Amino acid sequence: MLAIARQRILGQSFQKIRPAVSVLRSYSSAAKQITVREALNSALDEEMSADPKVFLMGEEVGEYQGAYKITKGLLEKYGPERVLDTPITEAGFTGIGVGAAYYGLKPVVEFMTFNFSMQAIDHIINSAAKSNYMSAGQISVPIVFRGPNGAAAGVGAQHSQCYASWYASCPGLKVLSPYNSEDARGLLKAAIRDPDPVVFLENELLYGESFPVSDEVLDSSFCIPIGKAKIEREGKDVTITAFSKMVGYALKAAEILEKDGIHAEVINLRSIRPLDRSTINASVRKTNRLVTVEEGFPQHGVGAEICASVVEESFAYLDAPVERIAGADVPMPYAANLERMAVPQIEDIVRAARRACYRSVPLAAAA
Amino acid sequence: MATAFSTAKFSTQPFPLNPTSTTSHDSSIVFARPTSQFLGSTRKFRLTSSSKFNLSRRSKTVVAVSDVVKQKKSKSSPSLLITKEEGLDLYEDMVLGRAFEDMCAQMYYRGKMFGFVHLYNGQEAVSTGFIKLLKQQDSVVSTYRDHVHALSKGVPARAVMSELFGKTTGCCRGQGGSMHMFSREHNLLGGFAFIGEGIPVATGAAFTSKYKREVLKEADCDHVTLAFFGDGTCNNGQFFECLNMAALWKLPIVFVVENNLWAIGMSHLRATSDPHIYKKGPAFGMPGIHVDGMDVLKVREVAKEAIGRARRGEGPTLVECETYRFRGHSLADPDELRDPAEKARYAARDPITALKKYLIENSLASEAELKTIEKKIDEVVEDAVEFADESPVPSRSQLLENVFADPKGFGIGPDGRYRCEDPKFTEGTAHV
Repeated sequence: MLAIARQRILGQSFQKIRPAVSVLRSYSSAAKQITVREALNSALDEEMSADPKVFLMGEEVGEYQGAYKITKGLLEKYGPERVLDTPITEAGFTGIGVGAAYYGLKPVVEFMTFNFSMQAIDHIINSAAKSNYMSAGQISVPIVFRGPNGAAAGVGAQHSQCYASWYASCPGLKVLSPYNSEDARGLLKAAIRDPDPVVFLENELLYGESFPVSDEVLDSSFCIPIGKAKIEREGKDVTITAFSKMVGYALKAAEILEKDGIHAEVINLRSIRPLDRSTINASVRKTNRLVTVEEGFPQHGVGAEICASVVEESFAYLDAPVERIAGADVPMPYAANLERMAVPQIEDIVRAARRACYRSVPLAAAA
Repeated sequence: MATAFSTAKFSTQPFPLNPTSTTSHDSSIVFARPTSQFLGSTRKFRLTSSSKFNLSRRSKTVVAVSDVVKQKKSKSSPSLLITKEEGLDLYEDMVLGRAFEDMCAQMYYRGKMFGFVHLYNGQEAVSTGFIKLLKQQDSVVSTYRDHVHALSKGVPARAVMSELFGKTTGCCRGQGGSMHMFSREHNLLGGFAFIGEGIPVATGAAFTSKYKREVLKEADCDHVTLAFFGDGTCNNGQFFECLNMAALWKLPIVFVVENNLWAIGMSHLRATSDPHIYKKGPAFGMPGIHVDGMDVLKVREVAKEAIGRARRGEGPTLVECETYRFRGHSLADPDELRDPAEKARYAARDPITALKKYLIENSLASEAELKTIEKKIDEVVEDAVEFADESPVPSRSQLLENVFADPKGFGIGPDGRYRCEDPKFTEGTAHV
């Protein structure tokens, strides 16, 4: 399944001509479908044309048109001064981006995958996240760090880690993770306009997936507020929270559960830091059961934080223990069947939701 | 123990070392001079004013600069290097740095200051020599040894002292501390605790300067950035990454190495395969200059060239200043590994005494004038301490402030509204 998805992604990237937003806008009636890749590309394009202080920096973002073709066409449009191909020096160029942000520019730094951000994590945390605090508000850092995060297909242990919980534990950073094209466009635009450092976690396997978008999404001033989650599907029996690719899985799981009569509410977190605790808690108070889904390692993960938040704020409303679905507690294996076991699948989410729903047995006969 | 090590190390090196000879052909090769200094206590210290500049001749791109400097330095030249005003200005700045740091030590031992405090005694010539040539819009990026860089750049002594005491009137409202001095007004971009962390940030600030000129078309933007760091940092990967990118993109930056031979207790010679740091510049395509960092006038001359180069758009320069810190790495450092003879030797080259001597010998200033300056500085420092003492500590609500420039970063509260909109959450969010 993953292999086919891969082929489709590659196929699409070669098929799609670089669309200008106006081309899409000419079809005003039908809902358009754009891929996440196009959504990100158009968001970058619009933000760069609106504000000359925005510039891109990263490996292969220019002449190679982007390692995953996200920055396709931008070098031709904006020139090499605004789309910089860097040497392979994450620590160096991330620090340069932070220094430029200190001084008033708005860099968008691309990591080829977020695994490579570990080489630059000192600058993301110490120079970017903490600076506004250390300087007592004198120096803000309007920088965006973006790139694919999490597992891809068969890329091995060192290319598959999910960094959502690492970055989300650090005060001073905002951590976003879009799912569909609307999320990608809106959140990236919001991130670039935001005066604080933002870690923008994309997903490689979602780049080629198409989603329908309304006209409003394609407007150049479309922004999604940071810190608000979205309820993708309303339900009343169990709440499933997820972000990035797992939202797609959770939605499919919800359809399967529907046939069993379990109406699941799926929350697309969108923003890992700040976490939209009020939406999650309101949903749990409605459904009384919670399943958290994430792709990363289970210990100290996003699900752990959500569970703690719900226990702190809505304990009396829980009818069943919180179920936590996460990746396996091992470095990502290479073999395809092992990899499939190391990443949550739709069946795992369905099983967990069923467990959460049948776990509560009334102690006394209830009417 | 450390010195025995360094002796052994040098004897196995393939360099044409011949420290005891001054007249052989080796004297025109640079290593004759630096080995004696680098080995510190085990070799005799010899000061020959011309051999210094032989060092820079090794890197072919700096011949021009070193020649210029050498011409100006020769005592027989009738013109002086500085005017009276400049001289007094330099003297005042260095005395301020020294008096301030001494007061810091006092305050630390009295318990008013806490945590990590790294003092700059002995290195004032580098800070004064470079920073006094900058404009307000030029930026300085430093390390944890940043009090004197802040003072030279223009941050008031009161603000720095309050910051060290952790009071709300400090330059960072007490939230930064000794190692994290920031000032937007004076373009002091920190204050970084990790060594090597400031170098890419400085390179980024230089990048912005170039970007503003070329992309945003602010034609008169010629701001220069200075990055200060030590000898230990020159073995760090980020240093080399930034030398590469700065030279590649011809950024207006000067990399200033304050080589004080010691990284806490690690001698530079024990840590570095090739201890001549200035040589690493030409490897990346920029000039590498070595200068006597205990002499503020020499530093100033080199700085003029380097900053002028950057301002004209000719690209970066690497300047290695040979200097020394009179105190330990920090106030918690017992400083047992350094040889007292080495310390004594450098103490004899105290930059403040040297400048004083120069001013008096060249009739630029009288003893009385210099004494007035010293007195004035004493008062400034005393006033700073008093101000800091009397300032209030930060209020409790300040804990949660300034995490984000956009306060919505704290997310949404249980009532569904943004937390920052709740008046109870913190008073005066994003107050500056």
